[in-house]
Amino acid sequence: MSDILLLLIVLGITFMTGTIIEKKHFESIKKREIALIKKPIINFGAKTWHTNRKIRKIELVTGECVISGDYFKNFVAGLKNFFGGRLTTFESVLDRGRREAILRMREKARGANFIINTRIESVMINDTYGQESVPQCAIIAYGTAITYE
Amino acid sequence: MILTNIESVPGMVITAQFGLVTGSTVRAKNAIKDFGAGLKNMVGGELKSYTELLTEARKEAVSRMEQQAQRMGANAVINVRFATSSVTVGAAEVYAYGTAVKVAPKG
Repeated sequence: MSDILLLLIVLGITFMTGTIIEKKHFESIKKREIALIKKPIINFGAKTWHTNRKIRKIELVTGECVISGDYFKNFVAGLKNFFGGRLTTFESVLDRGRREAILRMREKARGANFIINTRIESVMINDTYGQESVPQCAIIAYGTAITYE
Repeated sequence: MILTNIESVPGMVITAQFGLVTGSTVRAKNAIKDFGAGLKNMVGGELKSYTELLTEARKEAVSRMEQQAQRMGANAVINVRFATSSVTVGAAEVYAYGTAVKVAPKG
């Protein structure tokens, strides 16, 4: 009985903290995305950049983020996994991580006209053998920033 | 050293090509930080100490790749790619690779 109670308490606490942290994070992401809306354009997959304008600077820009879900999300996903379908609790975690990594990359490229050929690389760094492991995802976003004269 | 992840350096021409250069690193944080991250893991959110670790690892991998290119006499690395893999819990491997080339301004 006390085990169930403890589980419920842990679930309750992690649900609250997880929701608060996620909400704050999404707010900050949205704010920064709006601030950057007219800044460097991310152009996925452009291989060669054709231009007649003089180029001043070319550099590789990167953004990193390690994001983790919480205990509550993990628990819900565990239940949902049984029935199948979308694991929405993890979708939002990965969405946050990727957007954060892309934002950090764009923030490093302030002053650049374009970022081209953006790529996103991710890897799970948690203990995949553990029963109670909460997913942790390491994400690197990178691209080539081009600044005109 | 110019780094790009596209197939050329815009505004420049490639005059010589030296082949693949690579740089890799596996890094871990100390046990105290791992413990802290473990706690943070329960409540969710970004794991700042691991993000730091990833940044350090990426910088080191890129600098190793640059050193290798420099030894070959290159002044740019094109088509840079990053690959990551999880080696063990709390450690990250970052592998950077690209093609070392010599570039000169157009015209």
